Amino acid sequence: MPAFEWEKPVLELEARISELKQFVHGAEMDFSSEIKSLERKASRLRKEIYENLTPFQRVTMARHPKRPTTLDYIGLVFDDFIEFHGDRSFRDDQAIAGGVALFEGQPVTVIGPQKGRDTKENITRNFGLPHPEGYRKALRLMKQAEKFGRPIITLIDVVGAYPGIQAEERGQGMAIAQCIEEMSFLRTPILSIITGEGGSGGALAIGVGDRVLMLENAWYSVISPEMCATILWRDSSRAAEAAQLLRLTPTDLLKFGIIDDVITEPLGGAHRDHQTTAMQLKTFIRRYLAEIINKPADILVEERLARFRKIGKFNEQVLEGL
Amino acid sequence: MLSAFKGKQKYMTVKPQEDAARREFPDNLWTRCDLCGKMIFNKELEKEAFLCACGHHFRISARRRLAMLTDPKDFEELPPLVAADPIAFPGYAEKIEQAQARTGLDDAALIGKAAILGSPCILGIIDFSFIGGSMGSVVGEQLVRGFEKAAAERLPVVIFSGGGGGARMHEGIYSLMQMAKTAQAVGRHSRAGLLYISVLTHPTMGGIYASFASLGDIILAEPGALIGFAGPRIVEETTRQRLPEGFQTAEYALEHGMIDAIVPRTELADYVGRLLAWHRQVN
Repeated sequence: MPAFEWEKPVLELEARISELKQFVHGAEMDFSSEIKSLERKASRLRKEIYENLTPFQRVTMARHPKRPTTLDYIGLVFDDFIEFHGDRSFRDDQAIAGGVALFEGQPVTVIGPQKGRDTKENITRNFGLPHPEGYRKALRLMKQAEKFGRPIITLIDVVGAYPGIQAEERGQGMAIAQCIEEMSFLRTPILSIITGEGGSGGALAIGVGDRVLMLENAWYSVISPEMCATILWRDSSRAAEAAQLLRLTPTDLLKFGIIDDVITEPLGGAHRDHQTTAMQLKTFIRRYLAEIINKPADILVEERLARFRKIGKFNEQVLEGL
Repeated sequence: MLSAFKGKQKYMTVKPQEDAARREFPDNLWTRCDLCGKMIFNKELEKEAFLCACGHHFRISARRRLAMLTDPKDFEELPPLVAADPIAFPGYAEKIEQAQARTGLDDAALIGKAAILGSPCILGIIDFSFIGGSMGSVVGEQLVRGFEKAAAERLPVVIFSGGGGGARMHEGIYSLMQMAKTAQAVGRHSRAGLLYISVLTHPTMGGIYASFASLGDIILAEPGALIGFAGPRIVEETTRQRLPEGFQTAEYALEHGMIDAIVPRTELADYVGRLLAWHRQVN
């Protein structure tokens, strides 16, 4: 598993502990107090490192190749799942997965960008970068959910909509705009969860939820730190500084009222323990779905619109002399 | 009166500077056409609606655009808003001040009630010269207020979108959320059965194209306008492919079915005016 430079002290200590345990297993000597002390030290170190991550360290966590993908979560969180394909117009964009799932017996529509778990899958899934037909498939499935009164859960992990020639030809901007607009008025409950990367319009396209949640090591921003650094300093390697400026962490976004809650991950990140992360996700889905599932559709839509209507910071201009 | 504004920050009056628009194309100077390279005397350019003989449409300020569509004296502008600095982005406050001084605008959008060829409407114009015509909280809020006013008074909306940068990076997540906010305002207005004409001028990209600008009942564009989601350089760098001839131009968008028509600048007032008249509703 690829390790980050900043977490190496923890990983080294963990390796030493497991070595010692192996050694003890075959030996007569009692090392239990040493092991305990080392474990205490490791736990302290873990807390110290993982609870003080910089924004960019969180961005890199969100991009960890072993981080659970949308389909991983679907497998772990839901009782059953049937995937649906295609936008009924052009093709099936595998960068977005979606279908009907059972959540504790309740049928729901689940949709999310799907990154590949290896190079081969990444090629078929275009690294989880959707084309317009991906967003049109997502919208089709969301309208289907509305028709059958199913709640919608969107799991968001996407660097951005694909910036390609064909994507532009087929109306990438238009597909995103239509997704945002129509999703806003759907008469069924919507829970949006940013599980990894929340890259700009490509994320917002399926992020117009009644409740918006975020995993602890996810990011959500108008622009990626790399692109921001390129614009500011013509140097994408200064992404860490840009990440600091953009205020893209769940802590900031919760403060801004953009998201409703932060889903904690196991110490060290979701990639270290898929199962525990998924159970945590399940707890939050249960809690927040319960808040919206029984609301009358009119109220649901009104509240959803009001939620976004109030976002923005500006000053009413006061004319001098008044 | 003062007590009514207690607790609010006071701002200098930003007078619409008549010469601000003039500074773009100073009277006694020449401008080179981006398309054919010809030098044109600015006074001549003004007479020709800022068009080159080759057909190139020069980018123009919101105020100039306004004057081409309606009598500016009858334009009832929405109460001004000014940008806050919501994520304390370095250099943003100065950037706003400079843009205000340079353009005479409060922010990148000029929005108000107007009449085009006698048909009342809410008219919005995005000005590229104000931080690339990008959308932050002020532009988002003004657009939403425009659509809300239009819905309340049962008026059509006409928006000229010329925002190169799309969402305004300096406001972080707040600018991204303006995409949702404006799309929803269009949605409410549309669901009330009212007309929205979106006119894409050079350039309409990114978060502006991927929200309100794409959602018109009728979408028009000026010849040669750059229209798209991702910038051409990013597309080229990502795909490592040569971009097709005319990629992301208005003509390209028309060919691919993304817009209704391309209308030259000189015909726009008449064209939009006719459409408004044909959709006129009895209140």
